[in-house]
Amino acid sequence: MCLAIPMQVVALRSDDDALDEPQVAVVESSGIRKDVRLDMVDRIPELGEYVIIHAGFAIRTLDVAEAEYNLSLLRKMAVMLEQEGRLPGAPEE
Amino acid sequence: MATPTYITLDHGSGGLVSQELINTLFLKYLRCPQLRDLEDCALLDGFSGQLALSTDSYVVDPLFFPGGDIGKLAVHGTINDLAMRGARPIALSLALIMEEGFEIARLEQIIASVAAASEAAGVAVVTGDTKVVPRGKADGIFLNTSGIGAVEYRVFISATNARPGDAVLLSGSLADHGITIMTAQAGLAVDGDLRSDTQPLHRMVATLLDEVEDAVHVLRDPTRGGLATALCEIASSSKVEIEIDEECLPIRPAVSTACELIGLDPLYLANEGKCLVICSPEEQDRVLNIMRSVEEGADAVCIGRVRGERPGRVNLRTRIGGQRLLEPLTGQPLPRIC
Amino acid sequence: MNLDEPFREPAICTPLVEEIHRSLHNVSAPLRIMEVCGTHTVSVFRHGIRTLLPRQITLLSGPGCPVCVTPAGHIDLCLQAAQQQDVVLATFGDLLRVPGSSGSLADARARGMARVQVVYSPMDALELAQQDAAIQVVFPAIGFETTAPTIAATVLAAEQLGVENFFIIPLAKTMPEALMLLLGDAQLKFSGLLCPGHVSAIIGAAAYQPLVERFGLGCAVAGFEPADILAGLLALVQQQSRGKAQVDNCYPRAVSQAGNERAQALLAKVFMPVASEWRGLGNIPASGLALREPYQRFDAVQRLQLTAHSVPDPPGCRCGMVLKGMIQPPQCPLYGSRCTPLSPIGPCMVSAEGTCAAYYKYSGSRCSETGSKKSGDNGAC
Repeated sequence: MCLAIPMQVVALRSDDDALDEPQVAVVESSGIRKDVRLDMVDRIPELGEYVIIHAGFAIRTLDVAEAEYNLSLLRKMAVMLEQEGRLPGAPEE
Repeated sequence: MATPTYITLDHGSGGLVSQELINTLFLKYLRCPQLRDLEDCALLDGFSGQLALSTDSYVVDPLFFPGGDIGKLAVHGTINDLAMRGARPIALSLALIMEEGFEIARLEQIIASVAAASEAAGVAVVTGDTKVVPRGKADGIFLNTSGIGAVEYRVFISATNARPGDAVLLSGSLADHGITIMTAQAGLAVDGDLRSDTQPLHRMVATLLDEVEDAVHVLRDPTRGGLATALCEIASSSKVEIEIDEECLPIRPAVSTACELIGLDPLYLANEGKCLVICSPEEQDRVLNIMRSVEEGADAVCIGRVRGERPGRVNLRTRIGGQRLLEPLTGQPLPRIC
Repeated sequence: MNLDEPFREPAICTPLVEEIHRSLHNVSAPLRIMEVCGTHTVSVFRHGIRTLLPRQITLLSGPGCPVCVTPAGHIDLCLQAAQQQDVVLATFGDLLRVPGSSGSLADARARGMARVQVVYSPMDALELAQQDAAIQVVFPAIGFETTAPTIAATVLAAEQLGVENFFIIPLAKTMPEALMLLLGDAQLKFSGLLCPGHVSAIIGAAAYQPLVERFGLGCAVAGFEPADILAGLLALVQQQSRGKAQVDNCYPRAVSQAGNERAQALLAKVFMPVASEWRGLGNIPASGLALREPYQRFDAVQRLQLTAHSVPDPPGCRCGMVLKGMIQPPQCPLYGSRCTPLSPIGPCMVSAEGTCAAYYKYSGSRCSETGSKKSGDNGAC
């Protein structure tokens, strides 16, 4: 129920001068650009960060470091689980 | 008399208003002498041997899109159908059905495009027809082109001709046309580096058949239904299995991203300027080099192989080493959120 | 840079596959894992993941697929709206072929009975309404917790812009109650749940803790790239091997423990939980979202005076049991005869990747059979 892809934020804008926060992010990936709404994203992204897009809305902001952390988690899972019995480096939330 | 700006029923009546349209618009761009004679049909001579005849209708919406329009599509599509059986295209017919109220300026753009595509391809429009239906009875404009070609090669090229061991080659990137059309629809707009790949393939085919005629077993342009459907049809007709390697499939990053965004599978989207070539394995490298030596085939790659074990099956080896069975498309591809 | 690209590479996927195989040395029983989310089912097929897994693992499609679980009565509601004179139904493409009691939206459009347009976002539907005051735009609001906030935001935008000709049919559903109901069935024997990554981005990984505590069921929150799915499966296998059920978050780049509080607030502001009918599963309390009172003027059912009818599942349809993983498709009496991908009856066949549709395509088994057991469809893909 959730087709969503990450794209990079290249511009931010607000269509309503009364608001402090931008309402729309312009995102880009591989030469494709789209305007996406920021009404429901967990935190407003900065330029250069990534957002996961679903149905024209950003649903989550993330940066490269978070993606890399996830990647290293998966790499370690392939060897570490047997030893430690838990996902490696699970962050305290 | 003021120049009309909209098509009326009179334009399809065959009377003076029709004639006026033909003379001032169609013949302004379509220059073939045969056409200008405005006879009931065109006479063609100088050919012996087997003739090929193909027809296709064009109902694309929108009429104009990045990389082309309905006119260009109509010329290339029929030329390519002839080329896919190894026939040299000789001439085209062009029939239009227009809705009352269709803007003449748009008609002019389309006819100019038909003429330009026809001239560039070296295949003339020799006869035509125009009809007009009342408002609401057609979606703007529909085109039909039929094409006559001469089969000048001795090799039998057919969807039934694929043999176990054959190489499966593809002339270039997938899904360019299909995704461009989908994202040009209202409600699905995506900006970016997307354009239709519509182009005529007859010159590439001629170059190929001139040099390695006997090696070519199947030619197919994967239009509606995309690569997957075309491969399924060939596998079924030839009673062979076809195995494709996902890693080898050429898909432009912009196309891939746009497909992911709106939930479409590039394997099932139309291509209007690409060609599958199934050839004998011994000549595979030569065939690829010939394809790559012309512009239309510059990005040609080998995408798989024909096998004999499970007739009718098309198998995709995924990038991560899994197996995916490809089935023909049952209906129209639809965007999804899930 | 495509941020998902590294999660598709063989270099990261192959070791995960190997570790899944290795980890099963300690596990003798077959593992039945429910892919809650339809997008997971699609992704599993796209990447050929089943063919990489050991035969011991069976993946079953769950109810997290809007196409699968929208009942015929809800489609009929959409059709009622679409057939009104000045209504244009602007919908996600997913809904177009779902059968109502007398055909789908696509059928109605083909017969000239309805104006239906596919949109990518609910905001596109709102824009359509803004562009043409003469039409009433109705948006069937299907989806789960990933999509519902987008609809909530669109309703708020419509209110702010003072748009009078935009309506929704509130059909969105929420997962937790449905999962509780499904898993509460004593006959079910699931080892674990592969939890939907993007729903979880909204509701948080902690949302599955009650399932662990109440049913002892392992949960792994997973994304949708092949490495994400394999990691989720590996986590579930490892939980089984150690005999300890827990919630593992394998998608930390998108999912936190608490989830997306801003999106949750949007949902709470615009929608309230109500009972909802699920095709094949019946009425489930607190599993649907209705518009709160301040926003009821956007409710198409009220404003266009639509009447909802409950359409019972066709006799013989065993989708409920297939969705719960209790039977395999050929054990449904309608499978392959009255119910096929080209003329689907229940949700499991409606979606191209529903359990029955997938079985039909991949296993080569086209007929209903009663009594005989077939092994999981691992080898057939």
